[in-house]
Amino acid sequence: MMPEISLNILDVAENSVRAGASLIEIGVFVQTEEDTLTVVIKDDGCGMSEEQIEKVQDPFYTTRTTRKVGLGVPFFKQAAESAGGSFSIMSEEGKGTVVTAVFQLSNIDRMPLGDMSSTIHTLVVFNEEIRFIYTYRYDDREFVLDTQEIREILGEGISLKDPEVSGFIKEFLESNKEETDQKADV
Amino acid sequence: MKSLEELRAIREKMQGKVGIRGESEDQIRVVVGMATCGIASGARPVLTALSDAVQEQGLMNINVTQTGCIGLCQYEPIVEVMEPGKEKVTYVRMTPEKAMEVLRMHLIDGQVVTKYTLGAAQKSEKKE
Repeated sequence: MMPEISLNILDVAENSVRAGASLIEIGVFVQTEEDTLTVVIKDDGCGMSEEQIEKVQDPFYTTRTTRKVGLGVPFFKQAAESAGGSFSIMSEEGKGTVVTAVFQLSNIDRMPLGDMSSTIHTLVVFNEEIRFIYTYRYDDREFVLDTQEIREILGEGISLKDPEVSGFIKEFLESNKEETDQKADV
Repeated sequence: MKSLEELRAIREKMQGKVGIRGESEDQIRVVVGMATCGIASGARPVLTALSDAVQEQGLMNINVTQTGCIGLCQYEPIVEVMEPGKEKVTYVRMTPEKAMEVLRMHLIDGQVVTKYTLGAAQKSEKKE
C-alpha cells in the first residue's frame, strides 16, 4: 500500500502520462460538511475498452511486460473503499479516462492526503509537454494551477526544471494550499 | 493567494541566459524508476533531490528523467546511470541522502559507489 493519498495520485496520474494524454486535470476536493475527500484524475489519453476497465482493477492484470502484477489502481481503489468511500473509473477508447476516488474524511482508516504539493510539482516539472490543471478546494476556498498559464508567461525556451521556475512552482503550490485549507490537518 | 505574476520577473531575469539544453554526446542520463513499486518505496523524494541538486549546481551535462518499472521491484527505489561509452550502473534502495552521495562521487567525480549497486546488494543477499 501507499502511505499517503498523494502518492496514489502521483502513481495513477503516471498512467495518464503513459496513455499519451496532452491534458491531465487533477482535483482534490475537501468537503467538511459532507465529510468527504474527493480525488478526480481526468485525462484525454488513449482510454480503455470496457474489458480493460474491468481488468485494470484486478491486481493480477497489467500491460507491462517487466512484471506480472499491476497494483496502482487496486491500491487506490482499496484505499478509498476501506475508508468508507467509493471508487470509479470511466473511460472511452480514444477519448480518455476519469478516475474518481471518494474517501470519508473522518474515517479512522483514511490515510493522510500527504504531500500533495510534491506530487503536483513532480508531475508538472517532469512532463513539461503535458498541460496540467490542478484544483485544490477546501469547502468554499480553492486555488488552481494551470500549466498553460505558466507557459504563456514564460514563453518557449525556459524549462520548468530551471531552479528558479521549479522553486517558484513548489512555493506557489505550498503557500496556496496553506491559504486554502488554513493549515487544516487533511 | 500567490499569483503567477512573479514568473514574469523570473523570465525578465533569465532573458539572455536562456539556452536550450542540447543533447550533447557526453550527456549523462540519470533515470529514476517511478512506477507503483518505485513510488511506494520512496522514489519521489529521490527524484526531487537529484533533479534539484543538478539544477542548483548547474550540471548541464546531467539529465535526470523518470522511467517505469524495470522488473526489479524488490530493489526500488532504483536509480540508473547511463554514461556514453560506459556500462550502465544500477543503484538500488536509494534514499535522497544516498542519491546525493552518488551525485558527488559518481556523477561529478566519476567513481562508481559500489556499495549501493545492484551487484553489491545481490552479493550480500547470497551470503545471508
